[in-house]
Amino acid sequence: MSSSRKARWAAAGGALLIVAATAALAQTADGGRFGLGRIATPQEIAGWDIDVRPDGHGVKKGRGNARRGQEIYDAQCASCHGTFGESNNYMVIAGGVSKEDLKTGRAASLKAGEVRTVGNKLNYATTLWDYIHRAMPWTNPQSLSVDDVYAVTAYVLHLNEIVPEDFELSDENILKVQMPNRYGFTTDHGMRSVSGKPDVQGSLCMKDCVKEVRITSELPEHARNAHGNLAEQVRPLGPMRGIDTSRYEVGKAGAVKVAAAAPAAAAGPNPQDVLKARACTACHAVANKVVGPSYQEVGAKYASRADAAAYLVEKMKSGGVGVWGQIPMPAQPALTDAEAQALAKWILGGAK
Amino acid sequence: MKNHKAIVPGRIIPAPENHLTAEAVAAVRRSRRGFMRAAAGAAVAGVSGAALASGAVKGGPPDIPPWTRALGPGVATNGYGMPSKFEANVQRRESPGLTRTSQSSVSFTPLQNLFGIITPSGVHFERHHSGMPEVDPSQHRLMIHGLVRRPLILTMDEILRFPSVSRIHFIECGANTGMEWGNVAVPTVQYTHGMLACSEFTGVLLSTLLDEVGYDKKNGKFILAEGADGSALTRTVPMEMALNDVMVVYGQNGEMLRPENGYPLRLLVPGVQGVSSVKWLRRIEVGDKPWNTREESLHYIDLMPDGMHRQYSGVQEVKSVITTPSGGQKLLDKGYYEISGLAWSGRGKIRRVDVSTDGGRSWRTARLQEPVLTKALTRFRIDWNWDGSPAFLQSRAVDETGHVQPTISALRAVRGTRSIYHNNAIQTWKVLPNGEVWNVQLA
Repeated sequence: MSSSRKARWAAAGGALLIVAATAALAQTADGGRFGLGRIATPQEIAGWDIDVRPDGHGVKKGRGNARRGQEIYDAQCASCHGTFGESNNYMVIAGGVSKEDLKTGRAASLKAGEVRTVGNKLNYATTLWDYIHRAMPWTNPQSLSVDDVYAVTAYVLHLNEIVPEDFELSDENILKVQMPNRYGFTTDHGMRSVSGKPDVQGSLCMKDCVKEVRITSELPEHARNAHGNLAEQVRPLGPMRGIDTSRYEVGKAGAVKVAAAAPAAAAGPNPQDVLKARACTACHAVANKVVGPSYQEVGAKYASRADAAAYLVEKMKSGGVGVWGQIPMPAQPALTDAEAQALAKWILGGAK
Repeated sequence: MKNHKAIVPGRIIPAPENHLTAEAVAAVRRSRRGFMRAAAGAAVAGVSGAALASGAVKGGPPDIPPWTRALGPGVATNGYGMPSKFEANVQRRESPGLTRTSQSSVSFTPLQNLFGIITPSGVHFERHHSGMPEVDPSQHRLMIHGLVRRPLILTMDEILRFPSVSRIHFIECGANTGMEWGNVAVPTVQYTHGMLACSEFTGVLLSTLLDEVGYDKKNGKFILAEGADGSALTRTVPMEMALNDVMVVYGQNGEMLRPENGYPLRLLVPGVQGVSSVKWLRRIEVGDKPWNTREESLHYIDLMPDGMHRQYSGVQEVKSVITTPSGGQKLLDKGYYEISGLAWSGRGKIRRVDVSTDGGRSWRTARLQEPVLTKALTRFRIDWNWDGSPAFLQSRAVDETGHVQPTISALRAVRGTRSIYHNNAIQTWKVLPNGEVWNVQLA
């Protein structure tokens, strides 16, 4: 007992000595109150300090041409965003911008509000640069060089007809780019600070507050099971139960849903889990074309081929272009062999 | 016999079998003896599944249940315990079709199944922009730099040594209830309001860290917070807010943050839309101007009817919702119910919550669970005797600044239907004579 206590004291003493030493290192002429942490070196800060502001703070030296940007975009961006930046899988890249907007600085299309794109929403090109640089391509962020980020940014601006097709964007001119919606923002509202003034105030009426209770919107029958059976989403205890909404299931012909045959001893990964975990559904759906072909199309095309499974495994892992169209499928290095094989088997079995 | 309770006059639903668990039904069917007793007790054969449930499930009195006749597993069978297997319905869920992939998506808190004000960490809603990184805390660093005298790099060891505070606050995504701006779109409170959670957070006040780095008090007007995930998400926070109650958080509900919620370190900006509470926090920069980041210029901006976007619209205004009973549920009986729900405001404490059961014609003031905390969920409760006629349940909250939660019509009159963010409208649940509760909007 006493020896262990002694050991503990010794350990604590050692720790104190070490801390004192680091604290002494960390202290500068005006040390912090707690003396914790160490001073970041300029090199360390430069490595992480990647933000770029509309006023030029953080703008990186470099340049890139929109033509070069197109090459990068077609290879690394089009698979999700579409060849012309038109895909609504994610934020739509291009559209909703007119020549008039470039003059007024207000994207007129936003008044209708139906079209919302990078082109008609964004106020500064620096933000576009910053985001591509920090977070794109989605599966491989911070992999583009500074010059390539300028090039892709230039191409995205060109897709929105803000700059010509051979425009060279650089640290020297990025602050001068006039975005079509540069005057489309306001900070004149009450939600900016805790003391802000609300724009919509409710009523404190307690009696005879409304004359007529009128429903303006309710969930249509076909949407009632769209989030799955609600009976399974409420605890089966207490004063309520979840409503059994399976009766509203779209396409249900009065038949009891036959439980899928249990996968025999579930050999290998579950294809549905793989689709989700590897973001395959970003570009592919089971029955309809999204960016790439549907799984059922792929299955039908290769079902009769003897080496179909091995072929699909290879295609999934290394990517490709030209078989189904000109939008390339990027390589999927994170996909394991077991996962690829499970997917191939599932696809060739009809993707059900 | 107790079973008579199950067939008291006024019971409106013969407790269909789907209200029993599959196991309970199977147990009833297995036990012929039990079934016969129940059927006799219920007087009318097959009239009441509930009667079967309460009287006939093996183990109900006078039988002795199997768990009373056995020795259970020992302590530490589960080194980290999980909810009962009978609680499997309580899950975070995605809203189908809302997003293309689950890496840039949201899952919703099952508010319909929760009690009190604290959200269990395992069902706290998630919003990731580039999936959930697995950050090794021994390698994680927080850099604080910019307009400071002493730019610092802190390890987790060091962050945990600073003086700490624990505070209970809500986090609500700015887009919570965003699917309902134009019309009713989703069936349950999980999907209408489930981008909402409330936890006890432990960490260091950002003001402590800003003092430690000697921030520029004259020119340091804003901070930028950046995450260590693939999106390296960034948000600007005004210095006034940063110095007030913003925390750098590592603890949640007594344990470390869950990976889904930013392990090992996140920012917490109380009362402000969740995106500002940057997860997997790796960098804080002090600056003289806001950054106009993507999350401040392409998303998390509110489109107004005139085509202008409101920018830096952070504060979550006064809001409430009834969670029990709520959309997608079915009341099993007439008679007494406790209506219960949640109220909150990004501007401070909840002062009052009123509840209407007649679609807003008349209102009664609900009881508030104490203590009422600032920028935290407040549980309200009120008694209700349901007579079986159609009802429209609503709640409206008032915060300590006097801001009263508005109707959806009042909101639309000012903001239109396309702003996506900051829908704090009064929610209406329609109760049908058959006990079903559905999401509706009223004029």
